[in-house]
Amino acid sequence: MAEVTGTARVKRGMAEMLKGGVIMDVVNAEQAKIAEDAGAVAVMALERVPADIRAQGGVARMSDPDMIEKIQAAVSIPVMAKARIGHFVEAQVLQSLGVDYIDESEVLTPADYENHIDKWDFTIPFVCGATNLGEALRRINEGAAMIRSKGEAGTGDVSNAMQHMRKIGGEIRRLSSMREDELYVAAKELQAPFALVKEVAETGKLPVVLFTAGGIATPADAALMMSMGADGVFIGSGIFKSGNPAQRAAACVKATTFWDDPKVVADASRGLGEAMVGINVADLPAPHRLAERGW
Amino acid sequence: MKVGVLALQGDVREHISSLIACGVDPIAVRRPAEIEAIDALVLPGGESTTIAQLSEVFGIYDQLKDRIARGMPVYGSCAGMILLANEILDAKQGQKSFGGLDITVRRNAFGRQVDSFETDIAFEDGSADLIRAVFIRAPWVEKVGTGVQVLASVDSHPVAVRSQTLLATSFHPEITGDYRIHRYFIEEVARPALEKVK
Repeated sequence: MAEVTGTARVKRGMAEMLKGGVIMDVVNAEQAKIAEDAGAVAVMALERVPADIRAQGGVARMSDPDMIEKIQAAVSIPVMAKARIGHFVEAQVLQSLGVDYIDESEVLTPADYENHIDKWDFTIPFVCGATNLGEALRRINEGAAMIRSKGEAGTGDVSNAMQHMRKIGGEIRRLSSMREDELYVAAKELQAPFALVKEVAETGKLPVVLFTAGGIATPADAALMMSMGADGVFIGSGIFKSGNPAQRAAACVKATTFWDDPKVVADASRGLGEAMVGINVADLPAPHRLAERGW
Repeated sequence: MKVGVLALQGDVREHISSLIACGVDPIAVRRPAEIEAIDALVLPGGESTTIAQLSEVFGIYDQLKDRIARGMPVYGSCAGMILLANEILDAKQGQKSFGGLDITVRRNAFGRQVDSFETDIAFEDGSADLIRAVFIRAPWVEKVGTGVQVLASVDSHPVAVRSQTLLATSFHPEITGDYRIHRYFIEEVARPALEKVK
């Protein structure tokens, strides 16, 4: 009766259990409690929410271990944390702290502009961002056990999340409609391994859970992403940069469960106070677009 | 037999596929009228705090608690086990369960995700074949009341238990493609219980 940890099934299975849920960015134990009380399925512990990273600039790195441990002690739900793209030592540190999922995230400043982390090397599962199917499959090939569409973090503008979900969904549907002998060229074009391309063509979905992130700020945004085929949503700056975080967090959780019922989404949208002010992605100069980090 | 899968949050889809493989025609349920219409229910894996809270928010907590108490057959995996337990250890402050199963469960008893594991275990349904069991931040049963039978254990901690109408596992048979636990629930727990009522 050998007990095996860190298998693909255990890692991917963890993401399956988060489906239909909202994962919220938090920067301290108090926010983590608010998120848990609002019904979040997990929290993402980080030092600054993306909106502040954007506003303050500078190099964004893994969070302080003390801060992560305080959050772990404060809540009973899973705690995720971010490592820089390619920074496998930050990832090792996070694994040693016992975080439940590592986000190899473009929201932090990349540590390696060529290689991502070899995620098969870890017992802890990873979630990675993607803007299209090829990028998603390259991350899965490196061992990612969950994918989130990137969107444009810290903006409160949902348009890029929408674009990335449409792109990933569209490319999956295209593969499903192809003859098998056309998949070789499709794999070349997607710059993704043939075996994964074939699997997606056959099953009509990614081999791992697909969440959405980046710019989600309202219950209606969350419901929109669910109706685009997301398995769940990450909400970063959208909650704790708004007027009434506890109420907005609970409202987004409700709208994610009943995304297909406009009456529930309407009720959830009432009386939430001010949403985060946000920035239009179109007004962001290209070097400040986080979604373009990672390849 | 109309079998529902509670679809507030969690791996609903996997339970639905597993039930279809067992020859039943399951439906995802979230609303009072949907729950009223079912004969048996599956509580999926997911986040127990989230599912419990959403059941209150959407006004189905009392209904579910009441139907379970009145003998509706229910199977819960992982979070579902926690939701069926009369008592929860290491709970979030104020965390509720539907209850009905006279057990005490400890949440995340096997540890955090780094400790999540899979292994082969014996399941007492009369078959000698082992079952591949996947444990994800899984609970275990710490105390079992009278009338609750232990069907499987890991390191002497019960991980599958049943009463007359309720079945619970700490692990996730729905993600392995092995339908034995679901079949056991349908054929050995739900069907006999429903026939007795008739």
